[in-house]
Amino acid sequence: MRTAFRLLVALAAGTIFGFGLSLSGMVDPARVIGFLDVASGHWDPSLAFVLGGALLVALPGVAIQRRLARPALDERFHLPAATAIDPPLLLGSAIFGAGWGLAGFCPGPAVASLSIGLVSSFIFAAAMVAGMMLHDRLLARHFR
Amino acid sequence: MMSYWPPLLGGMLIGLSAVLLLLVNGRIAGISGIVGRLLGGHQIGPNAMFVAGLLLGPWLYAVMTGHLPPVTIAATPMLLIFAGLLVGIGTRMGSGCTSGHGILGLARFSKRSMAATSIFLVTGITVATFMGAWR
Repeated sequence: MRTAFRLLVALAAGTIFGFGLSLSGMVDPARVIGFLDVASGHWDPSLAFVLGGALLVALPGVAIQRRLARPALDERFHLPAATAIDPPLLLGSAIFGAGWGLAGFCPGPAVASLSIGLVSSFIFAAAMVAGMMLHDRLLARHFR
Repeated sequence: MMSYWPPLLGGMLIGLSAVLLLLVNGRIAGISGIVGRLLGGHQIGPNAMFVAGLLLGPWLYAVMTGHLPPVTIAATPMLLIFAGLLVGIGTRMGSGCTSGHGILGLARFSKRSMAATSIFLVTGITVATFMGAWR
C-alpha cells in the first residue's frame, strides 16, 4: 500500500515539475538561451525568476524537512552524503554548463519536451542518455 | 512586470514538486539523478513514475491553457548531439544539474551544490554568449 502511494506521489511530483517547466518557459531552449546569452541585446531575465520562485518554496520545505525524523512514506531521508568539493564535481559541472549553453537544454526540459514530439528533442535526449551511460559505465571507473 | 508572473509561478511549482518528493518520499528531485538511476536499473518504479509525470506536465499545461508550451530549438542536429553528450556526461560526473544542485542543493545550503551551480551558470553563460556573438 505504501509502495503504491509512493509511486503516486512520484507521478504527482513529476507532473507538477513538468507543468512548472512549461508554465515558466524553461522547457523552451530559446528562452533559456535568451537568459544565458547576456550580450544578445535583448536579455531575458525570466529564468532568474524561475530559480527564485523555486527557492522561495524549497527553502521553507527544507527547513521543515530538517525538523522531521523521517519522510511520510519512508524510513529515512535519502540525501546526498558527499561533502567534498572534488575534481569530478567541478569538471562535471563545467562540462554540463557548456552543453547547456550550446543547446539551451538541461535534463528536466529535455525529458519533459519529449512528449511534445519534436525530432530535435529526441536527438538531444538520446545523446544525453548516451552521455550518461558512457559516464556511468566507462568514465566513472577512472574518475571515482 | 506582468510577464514575469509565469516564470515566478512556474518556478514555485517546481519548488513545490521538489518539496513534495522530499517530505513524502524522502527523495531529492534531481532530474539527472532520477534519469541516471532509471538507466542504471535502480528504484525503477518511483523514478519511472516521476519521468512519466514529467512527460505529462506539458500536456496538463495544454489542457489548462489550450495550447502546448512553445519549444523552439535553434541548434543543428550535430550540435544537439554534441551538447546532449556534454549534458549527459557532465551531470553524471558532477552529480547533478539545474534541479538537484540549482534548487535543492542551494535550498539545503550544500557547499558542493553552491560550487556546482556557480560553475555551470558561468560556463553556460560564457558558451551561450560566445555562440550568440559568433552566430
